[in-house]
Amino acid sequence: MTPPINEIWVYLSASPLLGLTITLLAYQAAFWLYRRSGMNPLANPVLIAVTILVLFLTLTATSYETYFAGAQFVHFLLGPATVALAIPLYTQFRRVRSLLLPVLAGLVAGSLTAALSAIAVARLFGASLPTQLSLAPKSVTTPIAMGIAERIGGIPSLTAVLVIVTGILGAVGARYIFDAMQIRDPAIRGFAIGVAAHGIGTARAFQISEQAGAFAALAMGLNGALTALLLPPVLGWLG
Amino acid sequence: MIAALTQLLVMQLLGEVVAHWLALPVPGPVLGMLFLFVALVLRGGPDAELQATSGNLLQHLSLLFVPAGVGIMVHLHRVADEWLPLLLSLLISTAATLVVTALVMKLFMRAPATSGDTP
Repeated sequence: MTPPINEIWVYLSASPLLGLTITLLAYQAAFWLYRRSGMNPLANPVLIAVTILVLFLTLTATSYETYFAGAQFVHFLLGPATVALAIPLYTQFRRVRSLLLPVLAGLVAGSLTAALSAIAVARLFGASLPTQLSLAPKSVTTPIAMGIAERIGGIPSLTAVLVIVTGILGAVGARYIFDAMQIRDPAIRGFAIGVAAHGIGTARAFQISEQAGAFAALAMGLNGALTALLLPPVLGWLG
Repeated sequence: MIAALTQLLVMQLLGEVVAHWLALPVPGPVLGMLFLFVALVLRGGPDAELQATSGNLLQHLSLLFVPAGVGIMVHLHRVADEWLPLLLSLLISTAATLVVTALVMKLFMRAPATSGDTP
């Protein structure tokens, strides 16, 4: 005798298989749409996949914890993928070395702009203090950003979400901003998107060119380290 | 693929160990990236397997951010309460960061050509 469908659902929803499989399915669908759109930045695959999954989990009344028990296997790969960024960096090292001064200047300017402008705008429009502080590390890659948020008095799990939204906004908007500024150098485009939009920006940059991707990866790593070092003392001075 | 994945994990593990040991503010994977980079310089480049596996992993880097992004459902309340300052802050600040970083880089790329010793 076959069990009723709701019993199968009870079994499935308690297993990590479901969370993992729907993550991959949602991403496949999102990537298909992104491809169909001619890699239009507006059809960002992270944005589409997250939307599909939030709708699905809400409709089935599945908690994020249950979902994450399966999705953590995908989440885990962020670590080795970050390490793997050393390879494009190595391939592009000559160009990076020849641009050392612009890279460092852009990094410091961009890093401070990212954190301070986020706090300033949020304060101006009346966000609460924990929200302001959760926003400060928003341009930094997720694990570093959560660590920073914890140290300065933000909410780490909120920061994780704001980091993702920032990455999507950067990946979606960068092309239009750079085109308006008439900036075509893949080194500048890649580096700026890496500073502003960390790994999601880097993912987008790699889909454009290897050089842009390498500079984005470099920017993401440097900005993570610099913000972690700089932000706590800077916020201390500002009060 | 397994050998390459092992190399990546070993570098990440080394990064984790050093970051915790020296209490560095940089997370393990970022240090691991640095270590792998140094190893590549010493070795004169990645082998074909490492190149292929990394290429596969990085081509779908966006997938890896999806689980964390779904976490927005936990914060829907705060996001709903403060959506205007949050949205404006993220929009304006992300655009400002892109513009400032790109402008400063462009400025410093031109500087040596126009005058000999720009600081």
